Amino acid sequence: MSFEPKIVGFLCNWCSYAGADLAGISRLKCAPNVHIIRMMCSGGISPLFILKALEAGADGVLICGCSPGDCHYKEGNYKTLRRITLLKKMLEQLGIEQERVQLHWVCASCGDEFVDVVNKITAEVKELGPLQAGVKSRV
Amino acid sequence: MEEIKTGVYICHCGLNIAGTVNVEEVARYAGTLPNVVVARDYRYMCSDPGQALIKDDIKNLGLNRVVVASCSPRMHEPTFRRACQDAGLNPYLFEHANIREHCSWVHDDRQIATEKAKDLVRAAVRRVFYNEPLEIKERPLNPNVLVVGGGIAGIQAALDIANGEHRVYLVEKEPAIGGHMAQLDRTFPTLDCSECILTPKMTEVGQHPFITLLAYSEVEEVAGSVGNFKVRVKKKARYVDEEKCTGCGVCEEKCPWKVDSEYEVGMGKRGVVYVPFAQAIPHVATIDKERCVYFLKGKCRACEKFCDAKAIDFEQKDEIVELEVGSIILTTGYDVFDSRRIPQYGYGRYDNVLTGLEFERMTCAAGPTGGKVLLKDGRQPESVAIIHCVGSRDENYHEYCSRVCCMYALKYAHLIKENTQAEVYQMYIDMRCFGEGFEEFYRRVCDEGVNFIRGKVAKVTDVALTEGEQGKLAVIAEDTLLGGIIRVPVDMVILCPALEARFGAEDVAKLFTINRRADGFFMERHVKLDPVATATEGVYIAGCCEGPKDIPDTVAQASAAAAKALSVISRGRVVIEPTTAQVNEVLCQACGRCEEICDFHAPKVISKDGLRVSSVDAALCKGCGACAVVCPTGAMSVRHSTREQINGMVEALLEV
Ligand SMILES: Cc1cc2nc3c(=O)[nH]c(=O)nc-3n(C[C@H](O)[C@H](O)[C@H](O)COP(=O)(O)OP(=O)(O)OC[C@H]3O[C@@H](n4cnc5c(N)ncnc54)[C@H](O)[C@@H]3O)c2cc1C
Ligand code: FES
Repeated sequence: MSFEPKIVGFLCNWCSYAGADLAGISRLKCAPNVHIIRMMCSGGISPLFILKALEAGADGVLICGCSPGDCHYKEGNYKTLRRITLLKKMLEQLGIEQERVQLHWVCASCGDEFVDVVNKITAEVKELGPLQAGVKSRV
Repeated sequence: MEEIKTGVYICHCGLNIAGTVNVEEVARYAGTLPNVVVARDYRYMCSDPGQALIKDDIKNLGLNRVVVASCSPRMHEPTFRRACQDAGLNPYLFEHANIREHCSWVHDDRQIATEKAKDLVRAAVRRVFYNEPLEIKERPLNPNVLVVGGGIAGIQAALDIANGEHRVYLVEKEPAIGGHMAQLDRTFPTLDCSECILTPKMTEVGQHPFITLLAYSEVEEVAGSVGNFKVRVKKKARYVDEEKCTGCGVCEEKCPWKVDSEYEVGMGKRGVVYVPFAQAIPHVATIDKERCVYFLKGKCRACEKFCDAKAIDFEQKDEIVELEVGSIILTTGYDVFDSRRIPQYGYGRYDNVLTGLEFERMTCAAGPTGGKVLLKDGRQPESVAIIHCVGSRDENYHEYCSRVCCMYALKYAHLIKENTQAEVYQMYIDMRCFGEGFEEFYRRVCDEGVNFIRGKVAKVTDVALTEGEQGKLAVIAEDTLLGGIIRVPVDMVILCPALEARFGAEDVAKLFTINRRADGFFMERHVKLDPVATATEGVYIAGCCEGPKDIPDTVAQASAAAAKALSVISRGRVVIEPTTAQVNEVLCQACGRCEEICDFHAPKVISKDGLRVSSVDAALCKGCGACAVVCPTGAMSVRHSTREQINGMVEALLEV
């Protein structure tokens, strides 16, 4: 059987989760690998949750928030952007490829875009292969 | 610690879930998970019997945790929380797994979807283990309402609320209320005069004891939440004292400078000091500072000399008004698509290519031509083409249908027939006459001898190919019924441009933290079931800011938004979301990072019994979780999104 990556998706409630719902409502089809956890705001997604996911066996982590300027809590998504940029640098030092952790803006009317994002991260992580146990322990 | 007893309920949602997910298998699987004492599947969990299953199990089996796997929590989380509460279980001990929108609807493969549903259920069961009961408190609500935008939507909403004797602040950015409707001549399908039906309503707004009209004003800042919003409004300086001005119009008459009138869409002039139109409410003058010669060059003040009321005040300053309201209704309307964006139709290049709004002004008895349909050179047209869907139903501009153009195009055909001998051509893609009395009006106009040509117009040109086209405009279109290209020579062309999201709609959406659809209009909370609510509790939308619509639909929606606000007011209290941040005072080192990161000033480091600790003001906290992320000791957490809950889900998801 081919490798099916496990990906955890942290989505903010207001735009991205609604966008993911819209993909379903519109009966669009996407890869089944992303399992969604609903957060209130992308700004509340602690890097520790992401590290936890990688350590617990995720091959990738998807983070989605509202488009810049649209955060329900003013600037949560800007905070996320800064944090994730830094986190990815750090992960690279540990030998974890950039593509495994992806941040995307998905708006409430972005059903199509959400499907694209899910398929993109799934394909890219598939390409990279499983996150090696050795690397995981470094996390 | 009490023993955790979880009940899990898997919904079939008819075939919506059960068609793709093996729900019986998921339920069987859920029954094997730790702490699960009962797992069932049922056709419709949201139905009364479905909810009764949960309530009975809580009572009979002593459940203290409940998980429902069904549709999106954005749909039915409140339903199941209420069911738990009815059975005496704290609603926050409920957890929702989304196996429809995020599973059965986006996947085809039964096995894959079933496995994914199991994963999602396992994660929810783990999370609910860590859920804690939260106390739901209520606080009184401020019954005042803010309405933003004084078109017919805002007017109707304001009157409905004010007639219930609640205070309404109506903020309009232009000098007068009325919006687009004030510019229309007659309204389809009944052809009643727009001014005649609008003016009494505007006057009522101006005089209503419960309406505070803030015209020539804009909202600058919004804080707080449903029940208790704080709003800063900038009242722009008119340079005219509203109290003293009688609206007599002498200043405008004496003003030596004339500019294009916005109200007459450039077809008429107004003074630099002006009252926008005869029935304007508030009926006071405004000085257009950008174009006033006194402001530009320091000399003139002619208006001041002639004003008997001594109302002109060149020293006037912008004023800031602070309002406290409990609900907000946005009625900011639409813009008309700029026809210059389709240059092949010749708008702006050919004198006798007009837009719908220009034609409205032309047929209006009080308008620039005194109600006569005239060409630029003063002749009556002998032939007129009306081009539908200019910028609507067009992939290059707007994909949507603007919903009013077919009908006002018919209205124009009728008015042209009434006023002139001209031949009229409707160049349409489809005739959409769906409302009350619309089909009948369509029939009537057909019987008046109007020509209907089905096909999209490619071009309007003044290059004549035949004698008959000399001195005329040739409209080139594909007649899809005849199956060929045709050229129709006419004297006048009327374009029906799309209704589009207003310029600045993006800023308004940000100001009030609501969403917009891909087409730019404001997004409702649920397209079908909650069409006037938005993502932000207490903020409602109505009229064309939500999407193109005619006046009857606008008014109905405005009354719906008013009813929503009135229902909150009549309850008198709002629930305070208990999902706010909390501090573990033992762990807190009073470093103040939470205070720094919070955009709502909720956490503050204070002294408590001689110790410095952070403390969260629940009334200000919105529960976004930013503070918990930066807290270095883990003292800060958000109720109902705790580390244990999130990490628990992560671990459970990745377990197998
Ligand atoms: C050419 C034409 C002909 C039409 N003919 C008909 C007809 O015959 N029959 C019919 O039923 N419908 C007709 N319509 C449709 C009709 O115009 C609309 O249904 C109606 O005007 C919508 O009202 P509204 O209040 O939603 O928006 P608007 O009329 O656009 O009013 C919005 C108001 O909000 C104000 N505003 C905007 N932004 C802000 C802000 N940020 N702060 C404060 N104030 C703000 C604006 O200044 C304006 O006063 C026609 C439309 C067009 C274009
Ligand atoms: S609410 Fe979506 S990113 Fe903040």
